[in-house]
Amino acid sequence: MMTWHPNPNLLHPLSLSLSSSSNHDSPREPKTQISSPNPISDLAWFSLIAACVKLLLIPSYHSTDFEVHRHWLALTHSLSLPNWYSDKTSPWTLDYPPFFAHFERFLSLFAKLVDPTIVDLHNGLNYKTPSVIIFQRLTVILSDTVLIYGIYRLGRKLGSRERNLIWVLVVWSPALLIVDHMHFQYNGFLMGILLVSLSLLEEGRDLTGGEGWVRAFGRLVAMGTVVVAVFVAAYGPFVYYGRIQQVFHRMFPFGRGLCHAYWAPNFWVFYILLDKGLAFMLAKLGFNIQAPTASFTGGLVGDTSPFAVLPRVTPLITFVLVLIALFPCLIKAWRSPQPRMITRWVAYAYTCGFLFGWHVHEKASLHFVIPLDIVATQGMEDARHYFILSIVSCYSLFPLLFEAQEYPIKVLLLLLHSILMWFGFSSQFSQITSAKAQAGPGKK
Amino acid sequence: MEKRKGIKALKDEDENNNWWWLVCRGTAASFLSISVFAILVRVAVSIHPYSGAGKPPKYGDFEAQRHWMEITLNLPASEWYRNSTTNDLSYWGLDYPPLTAYQSYFHALILRNFHPDSVSLYTSRGHESYLGKLLMRWTVLSSDMLIFFPAVFYFVIAYYFATQSGRKSDVAWHIAMILLNPCLILIDHGHFQYNCISLGLIVGAAAAILSSKDLLACFLFSLALNHKQLSAYVAPAFFSYLLGKCLKCRNPLFEVLKLGLVVIGTFALVWLPYLQSANSFLEVLSRLAPFERGIYEDYVANFWCTSSVLIKWKILFTIPSLKLLSFVATISASLPSMVQQIWAPSKQGFLYGLLNASLSFYMFSYQVHEKSILLPLLPASFLAIEEPFLFKWMMHYALLSMFPLLCRDELILPYISLSALFILLYHAPGGRQDTSDRCFPASLKSFMIGFLVLCSLILHVVYLAVRPPEKYPFLFEAMIMLLCFSQFVFVAGYTNIKQWKLSKDSTLENKEKKYL
Repeated sequence: MMTWHPNPNLLHPLSLSLSSSSNHDSPREPKTQISSPNPISDLAWFSLIAACVKLLLIPSYHSTDFEVHRHWLALTHSLSLPNWYSDKTSPWTLDYPPFFAHFERFLSLFAKLVDPTIVDLHNGLNYKTPSVIIFQRLTVILSDTVLIYGIYRLGRKLGSRERNLIWVLVVWSPALLIVDHMHFQYNGFLMGILLVSLSLLEEGRDLTGGEGWVRAFGRLVAMGTVVVAVFVAAYGPFVYYGRIQQVFHRMFPFGRGLCHAYWAPNFWVFYILLDKGLAFMLAKLGFNIQAPTASFTGGLVGDTSPFAVLPRVTPLITFVLVLIALFPCLIKAWRSPQPRMITRWVAYAYTCGFLFGWHVHEKASLHFVIPLDIVATQGMEDARHYFILSIVSCYSLFPLLFEAQEYPIKVLLLLLHSILMWFGFSSQFSQITSAKAQAGPGKK
Repeated sequence: MEKRKGIKALKDEDENNNWWWLVCRGTAASFLSISVFAILVRVAVSIHPYSGAGKPPKYGDFEAQRHWMEITLNLPASEWYRNSTTNDLSYWGLDYPPLTAYQSYFHALILRNFHPDSVSLYTSRGHESYLGKLLMRWTVLSSDMLIFFPAVFYFVIAYYFATQSGRKSDVAWHIAMILLNPCLILIDHGHFQYNCISLGLIVGAAAAILSSKDLLACFLFSLALNHKQLSAYVAPAFFSYLLGKCLKCRNPLFEVLKLGLVVIGTFALVWLPYLQSANSFLEVLSRLAPFERGIYEDYVANFWCTSSVLIKWKILFTIPSLKLLSFVATISASLPSMVQQIWAPSKQGFLYGLLNASLSFYMFSYQVHEKSILLPLLPASFLAIEEPFLFKWMMHYALLSMFPLLCRDELILPYISLSALFILLYHAPGGRQDTSDRCFPASLKSFMIGFLVLCSLILHVVYLAVRPPEKYPFLFEAMIMLLCFSQFVFVAGYTNIKQWKLSKDSTLENKEKKYL
């Protein structure tokens, strides 16, 4: 009598990464072979479907970030490198690190071919014709290829079912569509680079991953050299031209307030609410509470604190708090560095930064939600966390699209994602429990 | 008993399937996910321009629908089809039956509630605004969700129980093919129309036929006819199937009477305000059949328009004789399919009958528009599982035939996106069972297919990029129509033959059953 031999990968989700592929199936039952013949075509299919929807969203609302990026195309195209961080033609000054500026420079070559006015520093200001809209939207769609490659690398060692689920959830991520393809940003591209590096780290190829595992001092030195080399390549030219201060000034605008204009749902929101609540109560109780002149989003106005009762928060305090929050994770990483946990730890690190950082944008939630998706199929708890986190963080992005036309789109994107998550995870984990149940009597 | 057999026959999913995690949850779960995606696509298309956007003085279909809302809201029902100082019929007068008018009235109530300027008498002519467009788009979306989607769900349930087979991923693929019909989405949510209502009612009627609820089918189809007279394209199929079925009953006259009463009753209910006098009745009727507009308008891939390259129908014949000619031609073309169903009615044959009837009407009827291709496409989507290649082929050329219209509406981007989406969904990995498309292994046939597809792609580019010569400003439209017409003829020939073959198979089966 043939007993169904369950796939060992499915029995213990956490052991997924230990076995490199699903080749443990006995040859007698080919039907339980779960690696699909062509993962690349599956992933390509998912991404092309997403691309069709992204094409449809081209004329939708875009924020000032659209003009920001158009201006950066013009800036990097028209000016020489030393002047990139000191130009004042437009209020949208360059505040991303140099590699992104080089990326914009690269894109501007194509922009010039499509429509030269796009890269004109002065005439292109607030340029909004169909040519520039279609061009810029297409660059975001095409740069998502990096993200696709990133999740391909991270997912290819998994069984085809987990892999398909992960891919579907990232490629059709509502937060990514809302922020990148409507509001307008290049997070997909940047996340892709992050994910590729995470995948390299998971595979143990640390040097290309660019971070360090302490195995031997020599290795540490090698890591350090790589990191330093990358930074030198990025910032070197600016040091050479003596503009490095300006670069940092533009990249880290601590002149901005503790919170961004649209508040990110982080710890400081509660701190601020607590401060206001306490001020209100204490004022009622008769204490003399002075109303603060500074605002939370407006930045440091001289030495005045925006807080009425609670102590003032400076960028240094936020930095220290982030480090403290990171501490448990760092200890664990130090003690037992396991390549396959790196994605999870990086996601945790981003979460700490999000919760306690200075002037955090709500879009930053993308940075921990997407890596968490990769690990979501590793266990029921992970799936639950991801389920709640992704819905909440997507919902927190809703205020970004405030026009009525986009309202059904954002709701439907979130709804579709939630439905797919619900069905996907419940199928995934009910299959595992049934496999365990069947394995039990089978062993007898 | 039969129902349980039907459920069991939905085979357990092959574990290697990519979509197992979705389809294993059942038809309802697949339908829910695909519907949400389908609604998302519709909403995304609706942010694009509508017909006649920013083009005074006449604008387009969007303005027509808005105007009907204005008229039905502000005037009593008896005035809706009457030419008067308040209702100038030359400016987008109502030319659909009363159910469209009631639907416009209902939507007008909503618009008046949120944006009264858009439906005020006279002053709202040519009204274009952000909120106005949004509300109008949402009326189409809500109609789609309330009528078309539930009808498709009913159809899928009925179809898979009637045929008693089907892998779960096949069912999901089929749902996607019907719901994500690019032509329907582009016309309803892009160009702007309410085809989803009449087509939804037709889907419901077909589903009722498949679940053997003939009275319900009659009721729903009568409603469809009363929403758009275009639904008459599939009337011969309903008529012949039901007649054939009645003739096989013990008391045919009684059965026919029952059905007839339902039809007459439904019509009477809808036309109630216009049955007061013969005059009002004729007023409406004259609006529904505008024969003065000629046998064809613009360029459409049907017989009259395509053959007018050689035979100048409009010049050689008068309107009454053309009316007769098209009537005779249409009836003759749909006769084979009707006869087959009356003689040997079957549910499968009924579906083919729908396709054949609608195709013959599209080819030979009077005053056919490009958008009328939606009628044949609907039964083709019903048969998508049976005839996948045919469906894909028809969809491809239906899209091409609508391309000039969509270009005028500036809907090129949604056209590209939805065509790509359709092809992707058609070839979904692990979607439809990958049986080789039955008809075309031979290399000559593959060459023909490849050649024809290449021609159509070239025509797309040429239409956009090249300016036609001064002497023949509509040269490219004519070429597109010629190509599409030739392919529709091929499809019509194939499906007619198939329908007759089915009856041969079913008579064989019946004979076998008798001997068992």
